[in-house]
Amino acid sequence: MIKSSIELAKNIRKHSLEMVVRSRASHIASALSMTDILAVLYFDLMNVFPNDTKNENRDIFILSKGHACVALYATLGLKGFFDLNDLKTYGLDGSNFMNHISHKVPGVEFSTGSLGHGLPFATGIALGKKIKKHHNKIFVLVGDGELDEGSNWEALLFASHHQLDNLTIVVDYNNLQSLTTVKDTLNLEPLSNKFEAFGCNVRQVNGHNHLELKNAFIESINNTNGKPSVIIANTIKGKGVSYMENKVKWHYSTPNQDELIQALNEIDNA
Amino acid sequence: MRNTFIKKLIAAAEINSKIILMVGDLGYSVIEEFQEKFPDRFYNAGISEQNMASMAAGLAFEGFHVFIYSIANFPTFRCAEQLRNDVGYHQLSVTVVTVGGGLSYGNLGYSHHAVQDLGLMRLFPEFDIVSPGDPIETEMCMDYILNNKGPSYLRLKKAGEPNYHTHVKNIVPGIWSEVNESKNNKIFLTTSGGLHLAQLLKNGSSAYSDYGVYTCPVWGAKFKHLQQHQIDRFGEIITVEDHLLDCGFGSWVRESITVQESHLKIKNKALSQDVIGKVGSEEYLLKIGGLL
Repeated sequence: MIKSSIELAKNIRKHSLEMVVRSRASHIASALSMTDILAVLYFDLMNVFPNDTKNENRDIFILSKGHACVALYATLGLKGFFDLNDLKTYGLDGSNFMNHISHKVPGVEFSTGSLGHGLPFATGIALGKKIKKHHNKIFVLVGDGELDEGSNWEALLFASHHQLDNLTIVVDYNNLQSLTTVKDTLNLEPLSNKFEAFGCNVRQVNGHNHLELKNAFIESINNTNGKPSVIIANTIKGKGVSYMENKVKWHYSTPNQDELIQALNEIDNA
Repeated sequence: MRNTFIKKLIAAAEINSKIILMVGDLGYSVIEEFQEKFPDRFYNAGISEQNMASMAAGLAFEGFHVFIYSIANFPTFRCAEQLRNDVGYHQLSVTVVTVGGGLSYGNLGYSHHAVQDLGLMRLFPEFDIVSPGDPIETEMCMDYILNNKGPSYLRLKKAGEPNYHTHVKNIVPGIWSEVNESKNNKIFLTTSGGLHLAQLLKNGSSAYSDYGVYTCPVWGAKFKHLQQHQIDRFGEIITVEDHLLDCGFGSWVRESITVQESHLKIKNKALSQDVIGKVGSEEYLLKIGGLL
């Protein structure tokens, strides 16, 4: 029994590393940067029903940066959506646990992999809940680099215009994208001001501080001011594994066995 | 056609509260009655087709049947990946409605010529391609769409098209519908604006006067296996469509063939690439494209 979001995060990180190493996959650093966000949301904030995944009362979580899927698979496994052993099939031939998030896995609402799809889809869900007068909350996690995609800004215009205050957008602002920093790719700053100008409530938090994350989520969950909420979570790509932190290389590379052992030790001892 | 479409949609929305119409800032003088009657089920997504397509998927995920409406290539090519990944892959009930199929908006330029749309949409295996040839068939097609969940693409022309069907028949996907009986075991097999073109050909030349005319109003990747036995019924089949030959309806019929000899009795009438970049009336462009 996992007793805290901190403990959940540790386990998500360890399972994510093991999955990536077992299947020689990429994107581990992207998963580690958003792990604490998932841990806080899934530990006790979101209404989820692991044995009844389509329950109408559930809150909805959409992972738009689908390449970071291992962290969400691990989270769902740890929450009991499926047997944890299923994670061992990750990336293998014929597995539902493919290397970008897949709706064929219990608890995953939506498949992504191409960027800029999650927020528009979540906006449609948020509108649908409003039409049905349902009070479920919708969370969508987007990457920072992904904000280059214009579809996100189209969705923000709509969500704001239609007062979709049941929608919370979390930006995993880890500052690194595929080739270099966000700043040297297409500078997003001033990001807060951009979201504010689009009519959103904006809050910046340390994306690895569970209390800050939790408070921000509670604020967005209770928000009824007609504005979508944006939580800019300042994160570290590769968080929790010293040799991975802030290194572009770990967007792609797979740790070897020694590196895996070091990583697991660091997480255990953190 | 678009008037028939909206009339049927309004009638359906009266009894089904899950129907939503979303437009890409288009539909002047078409959508107003729907908007007035169902204000909480009408949305103008603005000029943002990518977002419109993904939002429609999100709404369909919530149990709605969403009709997204726009012109020519905007709700297809502009948001092709959203249709492929979000709507198609997740098998959600979104109907993409386009007006201006083929060269209906000939004078408006290449941006408005929908002559590659069938090729794009039939690449997505989950989509039913629904391409009626006249207003009566549009009515039948709407019944089909409203009664069948999942992704579909409704290709409409504009307004004022003549009727060639005489009565409303039940639509069976992949199955051809007889408009004129064949007197010589030879037929025109059409979809969308091809029906009108086949009538022009039949009435314009004694060589074709005995030909039957059939339509295939609902087709797509899922229904290829139904074609060979229908092909076997006739001695000659000329496919007609207001779309490029490349990846169009005639190409689909050929891809459906499992008995190689059948290729010998099929001819394809479709637009040639000469039409690309030319501007003018629909009739003018059909001539340039080799169809008239």
